[in-house]
Amino acid sequence: MSGVNDFAFKMATVNGTGSASANSLLMQAIFRMGIPVAGKNIFPSNIQGLPTWYEVRVSAAGYMARPAEVDLIVALNTNTLAKDIKTVRAGGYVMYDSSWPIPEELKRDDVTFLGVPFGDLAASAFERDRDRTLLRNIIYTGALGALLSIDHDIISEMLKEKFAKKKSLLEANAKAIQMGWDYATAHFPCPLPFHLAPMDETKDKVIIDGNTACGLGAVFAGATVGAWYPITPSTSLMEAFKAFCEKYRVEPGTGLHKYCILQAEDELAAAGIAIGAGWAGARSFTNTSGPGISLMQEFLGLAYYTEIPAVFFDVQRTGPATGMPTRTQQADLMMLAYASHGDTKHLIVFPANPHECFELTVKAFDLAERFQTPVFVASDLDIGMNDWMVPRFQWDDGYVADRGKVLTDAELKALPKFSRYLDADGDGIAARTLPGGDPKGAYFVRGSGHDRHAAYTEDSDAYKDVVDRIKRKIDNAAAHVPAPVIIKTPGAEIGLVTIGGCDAAVREAMDILKAQGFHVDFMRIRGFPFAEGVHEFLNEHEVNFVIEQNRDAQLRSLLAIETGMPRDAMIAVLDYAGMPLTAQVVVNAVTAHFAGVEA
Amino acid sequence: MTSIAKPQVRHPGLPKNALGYTKRDYEGAMSTLCAGCGHDSVTAALIQAFWELDLPPHRAAKMSGIGCSSKTTAYFMKQSHGFNSVHGRMPSVTSGASAANRGLTYIGISGDGDSLSIGMGQLCHAIRRNVRMLYVIENNGVYGLTKGQFSASADIGSTSKKGEANVQPPIDPALLALSLGATFVARSFSGDKTQLVPILKAGLVHDGFALIDVISPCVSFNDHEGSTKSYRFTREHEVEMTEVDFVPIRHEITTKDTDSAVTAVKMHDGTVMRFRKTHEGYDPTDREKAYLHVRECQGRGEVATGLLYIHRGGADMHKVAQTVDRPLAELPMSELCPGKGALDKLMDSYR
Repeated sequence: MSGVNDFAFKMATVNGTGSASANSLLMQAIFRMGIPVAGKNIFPSNIQGLPTWYEVRVSAAGYMARPAEVDLIVALNTNTLAKDIKTVRAGGYVMYDSSWPIPEELKRDDVTFLGVPFGDLAASAFERDRDRTLLRNIIYTGALGALLSIDHDIISEMLKEKFAKKKSLLEANAKAIQMGWDYATAHFPCPLPFHLAPMDETKDKVIIDGNTACGLGAVFAGATVGAWYPITPSTSLMEAFKAFCEKYRVEPGTGLHKYCILQAEDELAAAGIAIGAGWAGARSFTNTSGPGISLMQEFLGLAYYTEIPAVFFDVQRTGPATGMPTRTQQADLMMLAYASHGDTKHLIVFPANPHECFELTVKAFDLAERFQTPVFVASDLDIGMNDWMVPRFQWDDGYVADRGKVLTDAELKALPKFSRYLDADGDGIAARTLPGGDPKGAYFVRGSGHDRHAAYTEDSDAYKDVVDRIKRKIDNAAAHVPAPVIIKTPGAEIGLVTIGGCDAAVREAMDILKAQGFHVDFMRIRGFPFAEGVHEFLNEHEVNFVIEQNRDAQLRSLLAIETGMPRDAMIAVLDYAGMPLTAQVVVNAVTAHFAGVEA
Repeated sequence: MTSIAKPQVRHPGLPKNALGYTKRDYEGAMSTLCAGCGHDSVTAALIQAFWELDLPPHRAAKMSGIGCSSKTTAYFMKQSHGFNSVHGRMPSVTSGASAANRGLTYIGISGDGDSLSIGMGQLCHAIRRNVRMLYVIENNGVYGLTKGQFSASADIGSTSKKGEANVQPPIDPALLALSLGATFVARSFSGDKTQLVPILKAGLVHDGFALIDVISPCVSFNDHEGSTKSYRFTREHEVEMTEVDFVPIRHEITTKDTDSAVTAVKMHDGTVMRFRKTHEGYDPTDREKAYLHVRECQGRGEVATGLLYIHRGGADMHKVAQTVDRPLAELPMSELCPGKGALDKLMDSYR
């Protein structure tokens, strides 16, 4: 790393001081220069006063994973200064606020210190305390602009867009940018050895986060009922759904809503609302995180057994218990796969990035109604809350929603008798009816034992008839959930198996490994129950590495349970301390394994 | 035990309502509750109310949780969809169903365990949300299906079948609902069908959440001497606050009430409910006084019954959410999906 359009830098600030908008300004400016860029917001579970970091990776090659190291840090948080200075690679740069001297013991010989008197500059130019705090961030944006050769016109243009209606703010921000820019130009050799040069690699791309993409997907899928209980990191998903509904779903003339969002008293109620709405015929969903899914277990079993569609978004965070609410993890896999007491198995889709969040959300609604069962969209904090550069979302106006087997009144009348849980077509899916329709279709939903006619039963055969059919139904769904993404190299004997947001880091690792002479194949799981190709891939490789973000190798366990592949025949590569995966972790694990094998 | 379908017997002479249905058409499966259970009387009163209101069964949905009371939704209106959900969670399922299809009449049947212990949060929030539904609590002070443990509505000093006295203070669903801003609160007794049927009818056409607490004795575990939820105790201690008379819309009101104690309330569908204050100084449109009166009765060991409080015109869940008049579940995709043009345009704003 470290060259033109190939470097990383990060900002260390205090949350609640307005650094977030400065940081997204930087990222977007680079994007508009046509250069691939990724941003990761490492933030605290707090509103004001705790440390926060924002990492920006610039990659001409298009690598979007978190970088293993940074070339430059803007260290503005005195509480984390000591640690922050240590995180810069040898030969890198530390930009700090020289309004106060930096303690001698924190200085390093192998990095260059760039002192900018941010505090003094802000105090000299702005009157109000709040302005001084907020605009200090814009000053470092200007300084970075000069050091990294950001296109000044693009920044000016973005400020104009942002403050189109607030002229005084526009002037203050433009002034702050210029102050930083001028200071850096006058005091440092600009640009630095690593810097930006315009490219043309982003014109088919957008910058968006996964929660926004899921909310948008739910609108496009025709979801009308959304229920939730606020929880980090899934809250912004419902906020996005609401904002898009306000934009697209308000009836002209009356101003009335073609959607209903209910903020429930807890996640149990949110699940109940989603299931009630799914039963009544609406496309419905709830969004939550691991703790919410824990609370929803009983309802998930009910929906599974009574065969009611609804979509459940799990934006995973670090567990167990409250865990680290603002850190990422993929540790809910086992819980989602077999949620609730009794024999259950659930459909899950695993998006890798916001682009897939949009697509797979629509898919999840189709799957839920086709298979009449809860469907999980397993996202995570990294995908959900970070800004990703992804291809523009596409929509085909020929899309026909798969509403599944729902009998119309006319179809009901033609039937000799309606039996809710009768497998008439042999595919494990029994036709359902909706309340309000012809009385012939009326039946009684019950979580207690029921027979194929939906009548209460304690009869062994009648009970088995229903649960065995549900098993067939869920097994059949394996052919309909999103297929794995498989990339093959001729002659490869090593398989890299991964899931979700690990995609970017594992693909990057694959390139690095190939350059080192390893022949590797790649498979990213996108759906559960596993499609047929999953087992095949595992069988094809001498060695399979299963790379995931949890402590207990949950994906590996699922693969072992579901495919019969011996668990210990697969090598677990685990990264679960809350940060997005880096390619280095994967490369190190693979090379260490073979070094060990050879020794 | 499997469910028992009721034999279809033709009774050509039975009176029919405006839809051409007899009361038999509003029945369901055979009850599997104990003989003499108060809940079966409530079921009979519900059937009478539905029949008298000419309610189309397929336009109603029966919602319940878990427990003896929740089983009863199987015993009426077999032509209606029913949803026997999980313990204490019927209010949320009904909220969701109503959000999806506001065109149906939702009938929730619950018990004191389902509503006042495991599901009290859900009950409270359904009241706050003001979901348009009839919510009946069949209140017997015990857990019947698990054989007689005290529930949260058991009075202090009320004894179990084994003679043990309850020591924890009771939760009164009527007082709870009043304090939470419920717009329709009533109490009745399973043994008083004359009082119960008009209250159920009024609750069914109320424009919001209608809570009816029905003392419904458990003959197997809580109908003994020493219990304050027995048939005998309830009969002896019942104090009626108001007497409800319900006038369906098709009957023209010809006589004018001259009795100053009678108040007529026009319901949202045009029907008129009249209630007579039978208790000195009681005003069921004054929340604070109603609360006080019910509380005072409780202090005297009396069971205040009748329509306890009514407020018309409160904003229900759909009004608050500003949803369209048509059921959301029936909106076509063409009205819901913004389409390619909108997405392409939107994508430009993420650059």
